[in-house]
Amino acid sequence: MNQENNSRRDFLLTGIAAATLAVGCNSKKDVFEAGAEAGAVASGRKVKLLSVDGEVIEVDEAFLKPVPHLPPVSNTEARIGIPGKKFVMVIDLSRCKNLKKCQSACNHAHELNPGENWIKVDPMQNADHTAPYWEPTTCMHCDEPPCVKVCPVDATFKREDGIVLIDSDRCIGCRFCMAACPYSARVFNWGEPDLPAEVAAQPYSAETSIPQKKGTVGKCDFCADMTREGMLPHCVSACPNGVFAFGDINEDSVTNGAETFRFSDLIRDKAGYRLMEDLGTKPSVYYLPPVSRNFPFESGLENDKTQNS
Amino acid sequence: MENLVIKKEITNGQLPADAISLANEKIISDLLPQKFGKAGKVWVGVLSAICLIGLYAYYRQLRYGLIVTSMRDYVSWGIYISNFVFFVAISLVGSLITAVFRLAGVKWGSPLTRIAEIIAVAAIIFASLIIIVDMGSPERFYNLFIYGRIQSPIIWDVIVITTYFFISILLLYYPLLPDIQILLRFKEGTGKRLYRFYSFIGSFWKGTAEQFELSEKAINILCIAIIPVAFTIHTVTSWLFATTYRPGWDSTNFGAYFIAGAFLVGAGAVVVAMFVFRKAYHLEKYITEDHFEKMGRILVLLSLLYLYFNMNEFLTPFFKMKESEASYLNGLFSGDFAPLFWFAILTGMIVPTLILLFKKGRKPLPVFVAGVMVVVGAWFKRYLIVTPTLLHPFLPMHDVPASYRHYFPSWEEWAITLGSLAGAMLIITILARIFPIIPIQETITEQHETAE
Repeated sequence: MNQENNSRRDFLLTGIAAATLAVGCNSKKDVFEAGAEAGAVASGRKVKLLSVDGEVIEVDEAFLKPVPHLPPVSNTEARIGIPGKKFVMVIDLSRCKNLKKCQSACNHAHELNPGENWIKVDPMQNADHTAPYWEPTTCMHCDEPPCVKVCPVDATFKREDGIVLIDSDRCIGCRFCMAACPYSARVFNWGEPDLPAEVAAQPYSAETSIPQKKGTVGKCDFCADMTREGMLPHCVSACPNGVFAFGDINEDSVTNGAETFRFSDLIRDKAGYRLMEDLGTKPSVYYLPPVSRNFPFESGLENDKTQNS
Repeated sequence: MENLVIKKEITNGQLPADAISLANEKIISDLLPQKFGKAGKVWVGVLSAICLIGLYAYYRQLRYGLIVTSMRDYVSWGIYISNFVFFVAISLVGSLITAVFRLAGVKWGSPLTRIAEIIAVAAIIFASLIIIVDMGSPERFYNLFIYGRIQSPIIWDVIVITTYFFISILLLYYPLLPDIQILLRFKEGTGKRLYRFYSFIGSFWKGTAEQFELSEKAINILCIAIIPVAFTIHTVTSWLFATTYRPGWDSTNFGAYFIAGAFLVGAGAVVVAMFVFRKAYHLEKYITEDHFEKMGRILVLLSLLYLYFNMNEFLTPFFKMKESEASYLNGLFSGDFAPLFWFAILTGMIVPTLILLFKKGRKPLPVFVAGVMVVVGAWFKRYLIVTPTLLHPFLPMHDVPASYRHYFPSWEEWAITLGSLAGAMLIITILARIFPIIPIQETITEQHETAE
């Protein structure tokens, strides 16, 4: 954990670490004792943490214990979602230069095989004389999801918190959802996914979407496992340009890690919109138009060639 | 079956019994199922071989997954689905010839009913099989029954196809019962196992007036029931496409368009089968030139009807050329798919119509040729309904390997598809080997009616 990196994601991470350390401890001293018991030697590198009392404390890095991942939630819980939340994403097209860091982080986090992209970055041009721009697309997590409507076995479902997920243990591979999705967000595991043995052996979790299975559909899951732990989706934290902002519409706030916005202000001030509004799918992903761009369109072309030859 | 009751009276009274039985014997010996000759054996052998190759391809698909096909994320439905639509379409003919003719009192059609029903049963079996072949995880087929959600058009399809399958089987089976009685009586040419099979499925049939009455009622109920079910199977199949947003599928015309096409290809399949069975079993006396003449007229009507729905389907979007549909339509009319598109329109509708409009064109051979054209055109038409749309998504096809951007079926897909077509023909052949291809009892009855 890098001290200089003060992104919201890492801040939250350390927060969780601190909370875990503080469990069963009444004072900061106990923390060090607990660490000392494990035979840790002070490294001299300090990490700032937020204690349960709300104080910022400094702890030597060596005394931090890695926190085991929260056990994956049960299938039933994964189908319900996180109560009281309604997740939204805002994609700021004026900041995107097709770096595809979002894509590689996503592919890495979900153990996707080459060629299988849940995030695509499309070169778009709305009309002959309009300026081209880069448009990242994820699953839109529609409030009226056409894919969920057509699924014959309830393998893909819409949760209370707005996230659309897939139960790969149930999917029969009919691909009707792929035909139904106007955003082409869904990909199929045509063959046996090439996964490390220990990943392939895991029981499938709809929240992590891991492991992908032969003959089933996959797609962007808004990193439901991360959001459950209060962290940002991988694409959001991976983007160095802050293209993606993620948050809870009930809290009316979205963040790209570095900046936090009031969602309603952002959408109003920057004229946010959603893709294919006329279809009535009511996406949870909003776009900010590519005005006053940070990068010229051409700067993304180089990266496009290498991946789309 | 009033006619048969009348016939009984005739047999017992007015005409000399000898003459009657002599005429009957002739009909029976003409129509009894015959063992395969040399050509028949070769035919069955070839079909079985194609089926086996298809099975091997399917084994590979089960083992490696759908990766062995050329389908990818954009073209996620390929010739399996178009072949499925083709089979569903062809199966509709059972209801057309059997039910519509019967309810409308069209008597001349009765020698064709069994052919139509056999085609319907074979096609609906393979429609069900091919949809399982298309599934990525066929081992989870039972999920459809455990977790089935009624809001999905796939579940509607499962329900109506199952219903249609059973009605078709019954509609084949009930009119067979009197014939099975005859088969059991004339057992000389029948093998032991076949005889046991006949007794198993039909020995309870004694041909009493009561049984005839019951069977008559049952057949009438089935004929009435099968028409809405037949309309539903193909309408629901069209809705698998029309309930999506895609250019080319998002059409309110689709249900009627599919039904019209289905009746056409079904009637085409029947004339092809009529011609082949007539030749193979020397049935010239029973399937007459008049049958071809009349079926030819029906084919003209149906192909004009289908042409009409095609115009509805393509002309209005072509007039508007909406941005989302323009590249799809251009692809069909003048782009990559144009040769196939115009081939399907010309071969599947226009040329057969032109042939059949002339009296000389309604002789058996030209009708057969027109029927083959209709069926072949229809198969490619189904391919054109499924694939081009998928190659025109709303968002650009980007960030995917190059192979995802076009589609040509792999050898496994061809093998499985041809295997399924061969399998359907094999079922038709086997059913024609086991059962009289022309209803014997009905023919006898009608012979007596005309004799009077």
